[in-house]
Amino acid sequence: MSEPAAASRAPARDAGGAGTGLLLLAPALLMVTALFLYPLGYSLTGAFRGVDGAWTLANFTKSFELYSRDIGFTVAIIGLSTLLIAFFSIAIGGYLTLGENRTAVVILRWLYRWPLFIPFIVAGQLMRAFLARNGMLNNTLMAMGVLDPADAPSLLDWRGIVIAFVWKQTPFVALLVAGAMATLDRSTIEAARNLGAGRLRILIEIVVPQVRQTLVVGLVLSFVTMMSVLSVPLMINAQSPTMITVDMAFRINAYGDYGVANALGFLSCALTGAVAWIYLRHGIRERGRQ
Amino acid sequence: MKLGWIIRGVLLGALAVAVFGPLVNMLLWAVAERWYFPAKLPIEYGFSYWERVFRPRGNAMESLFNSVVIAGGTVALCLAVALPAGYALARLRLPLRSLILLAFLLPQAVPNLAVYINVARIFYSLGLNGTIAGVVLVHTVHGLLFAVWITTAAFAAVDRELEQAARNMGAGPLRTFFTVTLPLAAPGILASAIFVFLESLDEFTGTYFVGVPDVMTLPLLLYNASAGGNYQIASITALILLIPSIGFMLFVERFLRADVLAKMGG
Repeated sequence: MSEPAAASRAPARDAGGAGTGLLLLAPALLMVTALFLYPLGYSLTGAFRGVDGAWTLANFTKSFELYSRDIGFTVAIIGLSTLLIAFFSIAIGGYLTLGENRTAVVILRWLYRWPLFIPFIVAGQLMRAFLARNGMLNNTLMAMGVLDPADAPSLLDWRGIVIAFVWKQTPFVALLVAGAMATLDRSTIEAARNLGAGRLRILIEIVVPQVRQTLVVGLVLSFVTMMSVLSVPLMINAQSPTMITVDMAFRINAYGDYGVANALGFLSCALTGAVAWIYLRHGIRERGRQ
Repeated sequence: MKLGWIIRGVLLGALAVAVFGPLVNMLLWAVAERWYFPAKLPIEYGFSYWERVFRPRGNAMESLFNSVVIAGGTVALCLAVALPAGYALARLRLPLRSLILLAFLLPQAVPNLAVYINVARIFYSLGLNGTIAGVVLVHTVHGLLFAVWITTAAFAAVDRELEQAARNMGAGPLRTFFTVTLPLAAPGILASAIFVFLESLDEFTGTYFVGVPDVMTLPLLLYNASAGGNYQIASITALILLIPSIGFMLFVERFLRADVLAKMGG
C-alpha cells in the first residue's frame, strides 16, 4: 500500500534527515496511536466515569464488591505460574548449558520447545481434554495403578489454568534463558568447576546471576501475556472464582457494563505496569550498554 | 553411570509425557467417533467428523477461509507500514529511537483485553464491528511489534559497504534499495511475515470482541465447539491451527539467522 512511498523516499538515507525518518515512521506510529493508545486512554479514563459521564470511583467500588476474590485469584494464579516458569526455565537452560551428557542435552533441546508457538486457545483445549476427570492423565494414572478411580480429581480449576500457562510459556522463557546462558564466558564456569564446585552450585551462584536480566525480561513478558489471555481461563475454568479477564468479558457480554470492565482493565494495567516498569528499566539499561 | 541414566530417563520421560501427553490426547479425540466415560481409549475410531469439518460451505471451511484472508490482509498491511518504518529505524538518524521501538512493544506489553473492548466500542460507531477489515486492523496493531522489530533488525544486518559499492558503481539510491538492500534483508522480512501470519491466525481475544457476530475464524470455531462439548470438532480445528505453529517452531532458525537475532530490539 505505502510501499511505493517507501521506495521513493529511500534515497533520503544520504540526506539522513530526521524529518524523512519520521515521515517513513508516520504510518506505523499512526496505527499504534489510533488503534492502541487512543482506546487505551479511553479505557483508562472510562474506568473513572459513570454511565452519565461524570467522574466517579463507583466502578472501582463495584469491582471490589463483586470481584475482589477473583482479583486475588488472578494475582495468585499468575504469580504461581511465573514462579514455576522461572524454575523450569532455569532448570532447562541450566541443563542445556552445564549438562555433561551429550545425548541427554540433545534430547532435551529437541523436546522442550514444542509448545513454543502453540496458540493459547489450542493449549486451553488440550488441557481441557487432558486434565478432565475422565481425561487421559487420570486414565493413565489409573491404568498404572497409581490412582484409585474413586478419588480421580478433575484438575479443571485454578490448577488447570496454572498447568496450561506453565506448559505454554516455559519454552518461551527457557529459549531466551538458554540463549543467554550459551553466550556466557565459559572461563568462570570452568574455573569454578576446577575449584570443585558442583554443577547445581555453579548454576545458582555463577550462571543465573549473569542471565538475570534476560530471565526477568522473559518473565515480565510472560506475566503480561498471562494477564491478557482470555481463552485459557474461559475454557478451563469459567466458574467462580475465575480470572478477571473472564469477568471483564462477562460484564460486557451480559450487561454492556463498560465501567466495571474498564475498572478491572485498569487494575490489570496497574498490576502489569508495576512489573513492566522493571522491564523498561532493564531494557533501557541494556540499550545504554550497547 | 547406570544410576545417572535412570535419573535422566525418568526426568526426560516425565517431560516427554508433559509435552506430548496433551497432544496425543487431542490426536485421539480428532479420530474418535465415540468416546465416553469410563472408556480409557476411544470406543470407535473414524473420520465422520472430518467430513463434517471439511464439507464445502460448512462452518469450518468458512472459518478457515476467513482466517486465511484475515491473516493475509494483516501481513500485507503490517509489511506496508513496517518496511518503511524498519528502514528508517535501521538506517536513519532518529531522535528518541529507542522510545519509538518501545512504542511498538506497547500493544504486547499492556494487558490488551481492556483495549479490545474499547476498540470494539469505537469500531461499532464506525461500522467496523463484525467486518473483516475491522479484525485485520486489530490484528495488524498486535503484529506490528514483530513486523517492525524484525524488519529493523533485518535492515540493520545488511552490510552498508555492499550498498556503498552499488552506489559507487553508479546505481541510484532507489535501485540500490531494490537490488541490494531489500534482497539481502528478505529472509528476515519473510520471518516477520510468518510471525505476523501466525499471530493473526491464532488470535482469539480481539476477534472475539471485534469480529462478533459475523466474522467467524478458526479460534472462535474451536472455542464454540469446545464450549458446546464437541471435542472432536474442537480437536480437528486445534490440529489445523497446530500444523503451521509446529512447522514454524521446527524451522524458525532457518528464517531468523543469528546475525538478525543479535540485532533485535537494538
